[in-house]
Amino acid sequence: MLQKESNDGERRFNREEEEEDDDDADGRGRDAWERTYADERSWESLQEDESGLLRPIDNKSLYHAQYRRRLRTTTAARIQKGLIRYLYIMIDLSRAAGETDYKPSRMVVVARQVEAFIREFFDQNPLSQIGIVTLKDGVAHSLTDLGGSPESHIKVLMGKLTSSGDASLQNGLDLVQSLLNQIPTYGHREVLILYSALSTCDPGDIMETVQKCKASKVRCSVIGLSAEVYICKYLCQETGGSYSVALDESHLKELVFEHAPPPPAIAEFAVANLIKMGFPQRAAEGVISICSCHKEAKIGGGYTCPRCKARICDLPTECQICGLTLVSSPHLARSYHHLFPITPFGDVSPSVSNDPRNLPKNCFGCQQSLLNPGNMPASCVSCPKCKQYFCLDCDIYIHESLHNCPGCESFRHSKSVSTAEG
Amino acid sequence: MTPVSVKLYTDDVSLLMVLIDTNPFFWNSVKSALPFSKFLSHVLAFLNAIVLLNQLNQVVVIATGYNSCDYIFDSSTSEGQTQRAEHLLQKLEDFVNKDESLCREDSVDGPGFSLLSGSLSMALCYIQRVFRSGPLHPHPRILCLHGSPDGPGQYVAIMNSIFSAQRSMVPIDSCVIGAQHSAFLQQASYITGGVYLKPQLLDGLFQYLSTVFATDLHSRGFLQLPKPAGVDFRASCFCHKNTIDMGYICSVCLSIFCKHQKKCSTCGSVFGQAPVQDSSTPDRKRKTPMDA
Ligand SMILES: [Zn+2]
Ligand SMILES: [Zn+2]
Ligand SMILES: [Zn+2]
Ligand SMILES: [Zn+2]
Ligand SMILES: [Zn+2]
Repeated sequence: MLQKESNDGERRFNREEEEEDDDDADGRGRDAWERTYADERSWESLQEDESGLLRPIDNKSLYHAQYRRRLRTTTAARIQKGLIRYLYIMIDLSRAAGETDYKPSRMVVVARQVEAFIREFFDQNPLSQIGIVTLKDGVAHSLTDLGGSPESHIKVLMGKLTSSGDASLQNGLDLVQSLLNQIPTYGHREVLILYSALSTCDPGDIMETVQKCKASKVRCSVIGLSAEVYICKYLCQETGGSYSVALDESHLKELVFEHAPPPPAIAEFAVANLIKMGFPQRAAEGVISICSCHKEAKIGGGYTCPRCKARICDLPTECQICGLTLVSSPHLARSYHHLFPITPFGDVSPSVSNDPRNLPKNCFGCQQSLLNPGNMPASCVSCPKCKQYFCLDCDIYIHESLHNCPGCESFRHSKSVSTAEG
Repeated sequence: MTPVSVKLYTDDVSLLMVLIDTNPFFWNSVKSALPFSKFLSHVLAFLNAIVLLNQLNQVVVIATGYNSCDYIFDSSTSEGQTQRAEHLLQKLEDFVNKDESLCREDSVDGPGFSLLSGSLSMALCYIQRVFRSGPLHPHPRILCLHGSPDGPGQYVAIMNSIFSAQRSMVPIDSCVIGAQHSAFLQQASYITGGVYLKPQLLDGLFQYLSTVFATDLHSRGFLQLPKPAGVDFRASCFCHKNTIDMGYICSVCLSIFCKHQKKCSTCGSVFGQAPVQDSSTPDRKRKTPMDA
């Protein structure tokens, strides 16, 4: 991470140079051999060690440090999260998106990250919906309506990847603001803008539009691909969003994925409400019935609306007959780790880890030895609740994917606390 | 673990994580139908069969106890190679004794639940370690040999484990020995693409195990394995732990309640108006917003 920061200045400088070049001949003003060096940035995968020697970046400790930082920012937030989100992803497909400083081009890289983001988003935000808007030739175009199915969005987006003309931030915001005004009041309204251009070509006063977005409580966040743009920064500040500029593809991915976990719920942004929902049972395989969504006879699978007993093919949906919102309970449970987060594990103090007798031999989770070759204790962490020791790999897995502490879950006495909460 | 580079892992090499329910209250309640010792002889024969099917197959056994969970056996370690059965039984006995000594309250009415969420979490950590070991590794799957009833307090933890298994494409197979179906394991197997089975005749447990659960993931594609007879997807409400098929959901945290509340007990949100009936919301334009 340090690496990135120290290279920051250099990179900015580099970018500016490129921009100038791009103006006249679209980056072709440079010789091919020069471009290889400028584009691949091979110097970034090296770091200097204590003795001044160059060596490849130590990925493992870097990764663990990165994860610790992420953990700190997420656990600082309160328990209230805006879990029902209505998010528009606004993708800039203006001329600037065709540039090739990202390989093979900015828009392809953006589309790739958006695809991964959409899948992650629905994993973390059940009941939320996404829509896609594109900016091209000075107009904004609604590519997909708000919906809860990742595949349909991805398919449409991948079919529409061409760039031309200018981007108009104002047109885009106007469109999204009018679309988001229709959603129920308990939903969180958000726009995530992936902006390649360095300017916006607007028909009117964009400041008015920014105020309009603020008034209708649309949280706007922008991720830039080239350099900081004042109007984007202003927009984010005014509407409570976040603004960042990506340095390279992996940084872009990191920035995009920061928007996947639900943001803290802000009372003034959405009204808390109770929503009535049904949890249909899945029918046994081989049962024949007529579904209410396609009006066809189908064999096996399917769900039954608990109120009117109509048959539905897929969840989540709204019952066609009685209008009840139908979800599967596992769908809701996907978000419960936000409600009951596990405490971050603490580093083991050197006094403990230097005395091998105090340490168990193996990681409690995966049984990996906690001793380096040569019987020196490797770095490990321990859970403050159950006092079990874990290896660094398990630490990351437990907090990022599993969301359970194996130690706390395998002892009944410590269970009583979490049972009372749940 | 033995270095992977020297081994040739094909797609029919398995890593089988077996979670054995050792809850003494449960085994006491089924003493007449299937004593624990008889159950173990079925399981040992099955584990031997797995190791014999392919010399690269690996078996790890975790005990799901009443007060704790622990690793019992790992065929990849040196001590797992010789005298497999004796070794496993010895460790299991030690575990059961230790588990019993941790028991504090003497009066437990009914079988009580065992710590399935703990052993599932441990198994998943172990599997992640196998994934980390390199691009070549046996294909992992989890088999729960479970009898105790579901512990409602474990709902969130078990769901978390299920989703993590699903993300890593690890199927969770369930063989339910108890009297009732387990809604947790039904959902676990359904979501992760595993097999759920509740044997009719416990005397033939070995037959069930070897015909249904012994096949590797690759060969499963060619077999007609038991299909789930419906999955219990009802949720349990946070307020009374009742199982409900219709309920109210907090729009902030998605907690489930069986009755209308003024305030959410999980996140503290105060609910403004009368509950929103989605069908009667006036500002809804689209008819099916969440079409799949
Ligand atoms: Zn209905
Ligand atoms: Zn570990
Ligand atoms: Zn713990
Ligand atoms: Zn209740
Ligand atoms: Zn709530």
